Amino acid sequence: VGKQTFKKIQASNQMKEIMEAHFRELDAAAKTKSHKIAWCTSVGPAELLKAMGFQVFFPENHGAMLGATRMATDLIPVANAVGYSPDICSYLTSDIGSYLKGDSPISKAYPGISGPPRPDVLVFNTNQCRDVQDWFNFYGREFNVPVIGLQTHRGVGAVTKAHVDSISAQIQALVPKLEEIAGKKLDYDELKRVVGLSRQCTDLWKEVLQIASHKPSPLTFFDGTIQMGPAVILRGEQRAVDYYKVLLAELKQRTQNGVAAIDNEKFRLYWEGMPIWGKLRELSTQFAELDTCVLASTYCSSWVFPALEAEEPFDSMARAYIELLIVRDEDYKEQYFSDQIERYKIDGVIFHDAKTCPNNSNNRYGMPERLAKKFDIPMLVIHGDLNDLRCYSEEQARTNIEAYIEQLAEKTSR
Amino acid sequence: VSQDLIFGGIDIGASATKVALVDSKCRLIASDIRKTGVSFESSAQEAMDTALASCGLNRQDLKRVLASGYGRHNVAFAQDTRTEIACHARAAHYYFPHQITVVDVGGQDNKIIHVNAQGRRDSFKMNRKCAAGTGAFLEEVAQRMDIPLDQIDSLARQASHTVHMGSFCTVFTKTEILAHMRAGEKVPEIVAGLIESVVKRIMEMDSLAGEVVITGGVVAHNPMLAEMLARHVNHPVHILPNAQLAGAFGAALLAVETFSESI
Repeated sequence: VGKQTFKKIQASNQMKEIMEAHFRELDAAAKTKSHKIAWCTSVGPAELLKAMGFQVFFPENHGAMLGATRMATDLIPVANAVGYSPDICSYLTSDIGSYLKGDSPISKAYPGISGPPRPDVLVFNTNQCRDVQDWFNFYGREFNVPVIGLQTHRGVGAVTKAHVDSISAQIQALVPKLEEIAGKKLDYDELKRVVGLSRQCTDLWKEVLQIASHKPSPLTFFDGTIQMGPAVILRGEQRAVDYYKVLLAELKQRTQNGVAAIDNEKFRLYWEGMPIWGKLRELSTQFAELDTCVLASTYCSSWVFPALEAEEPFDSMARAYIELLIVRDEDYKEQYFSDQIERYKIDGVIFHDAKTCPNNSNNRYGMPERLAKKFDIPMLVIHGDLNDLRCYSEEQARTNIEAYIEQLAEKTSR
Repeated sequence: VSQDLIFGGIDIGASATKVALVDSKCRLIASDIRKTGVSFESSAQEAMDTALASCGLNRQDLKRVLASGYGRHNVAFAQDTRTEIACHARAAHYYFPHQITVVDVGGQDNKIIHVNAQGRRDSFKMNRKCAAGTGAFLEEVAQRMDIPLDQIDSLARQASHTVHMGSFCTVFTKTEILAHMRAGEKVPEIVAGLIESVVKRIMEMDSLAGEVVITGGVVAHNPMLAEMLARHVNHPVHILPNAQLAGAFGAALLAVETFSESI
C-alpha cells in the first residue's frame, strides 16, 4: 500500500502534447477539408499515405483507447447485435459499437472533437489479421468511400524476395488509386523523406525498448504500452523522432542514476500477447507489489521496423511490413521468443491468451511448454482479452500471478 | 520451536472457510469448516475462534497465522498469505513426500499442481474464467435435479452404467440432462455421468503424470471422483486425508516453516 507503481516519465508531457496536436490536426482537416483523411491499420502503408499528404487516423489506436477507458465492454454488445460476433476482434467490435452509439474516448480526452474524423479512404494491411479488412469494409459501406489495401502472406518462415516483391507490387498498385483520391501525384522524394523519418523513429523506439535489458530495468511493459503511441501513429514525422530522443535521454539518465522502474526488482518477466487494456493499472500495481518488473514484450516491439530504407522506399516498406512476428511461422516465433528471453535476462514469461485475438495469442500451439523445457523457466498463461473484459476473471488472474511469483521465488531459493 | 506453540492456517474459499491448527510438530490439533457466506472477515474469525475453543485455546495462543484462498487478503489476524496453490501443494507433499501431481477440485476453481520430490512446484494450472467441472457445476446441476449434495456419491455408486455428458458446461449440461431423462435414463446413471464430467474436465486441463493426490471439498464428499479418475489415468489416485482441509492445513504448515525461518 502506498508503493509507487508508475514512476512518472517526465517526457510523457511532451508526448501528450504531440498526440493531442495530432488529433486536433485530424479534426481540423476533417472540418475544413484542408487535407484528405485516410484510415490506416497499425502496420499499413502509413509512410505512403503521409508522403501523399493524407492525414492518417489509426482505428486500432482508437480500439486501444476504448479498451483503456473500459468503454469497450459496454460498446461490444452493440456491434454483436448487428452481426459482429463476440468471438472476433474486440477492437473491431468495440470500435463499431463506438461508431453506432456515437460515443468515443477521443471526445473525452480532447474536448471539442466529437470522435474519429470522417475518412476519404480506408487502407488496410492484413498482416495483422483478416479482421482489419472486415472492420474497414464496414466503414467503407457506411461512408461510401474506397477500401483498398495489402494482402499479406501468413505463416512466413524466411522472408524471401518473392514475398517482398509481392507486397512491394501491391503497395505500388495503391499509388494511382491514392493519387486519384488525393488529387495529386506522389512525390517520390517526399516518400523517401518520410520513410527515412520512420526509420529514425523506429531505431529510437527500439533503443528505448532495449534499455529494459538493463538490470534493474528503468522501463516497464506498462510504460511501453503508453510510450508506443508516437511510434504507431506519428511514425514518418519529425516530432516522433524528436520525442523519442527526449525519452531515450531520460531513460539513459535513469540507468546512470541507478533508478529502477520497480524498486527492489526481484523478478524480470516478459509479456507475450496483447495488453489487457482495461486492466493495465491493476496489473502494473500487482506486479509492483510483488517486486516484479514486466519489462519487455512482443507487442511493444511490433513497431520496430529495421528494414526501412529511405533509398528503397517501396521494397523496404514491403519487407518491414512482412517481417513482423504476427506474420511469421511457429519456428520463427520460437526463436524470436528465445532471443528475447536471453536479451532481457528473463525469469519467466506471461502469455496472454486473448479470447478474441488468436493471431496474438501465441500460447495455443504448445509454445509455453516448449520454451519452459528449453530454458527451464516456468511459464504462465493468463486468459483474458485486449478489450472484452467479459472474458477476464480478475480474481483468477490475480491468484495465477501471485502463485506464479511464489513459484519463481521457490525456484530461486533452490 | 518449542512444542507448545500453536500455528493456524486459514483457507477462505469461494464456498467454504476452513481453519486448521497445528502444533510445532505439524500435528493437526483442531479444525473448523463452515460456509464462507458474504463476509470473509467474519467467517474467518468465527472459524478460527471455534477451532481454538474446541481445544481450550484462544487467539493469544497462536504463534503465527497464514491465510490462503479467495479471501486471503481479508484476514486481519493473519501475519502472512500464500495462494491456494502453494498451500495445497504443501499439504499434499506432507503426506506424500515424493514427486506427485496434486489435483484440487474446489467450489469455484480446479487446480493441477506438479510437485517435485523436494516439494517445490514445477508447474501449475488453474481453470479459466469458466467454473465448468468444479464444485459449482455439481452443486448447480444437483439443485436442478433436486438431489441433496450429500447423496451424490451414494447415488452414483448405484449406477449400472454411466451416462456420458457431451459438455462440462453447467448450463448446457442442465439441458442435456432433460434429454437423457426423456430418453429413459435413471438418476444414478446420470449422476455418475456428472462426476465423470468433472473427471474429464480435470484431464483436459493438464497431463496427470505419476501418482495423483486429490484435495478439496468436492472429493472429500464424493470419493467416487477419485475412483473414476483412477480408472481414466491408470495409475494410483489418492485422496488426501482431510481433503477439504488441505488448503488450511498447508497454510498452517507454511506458518510453522516461515516462523522457523524467521527465528
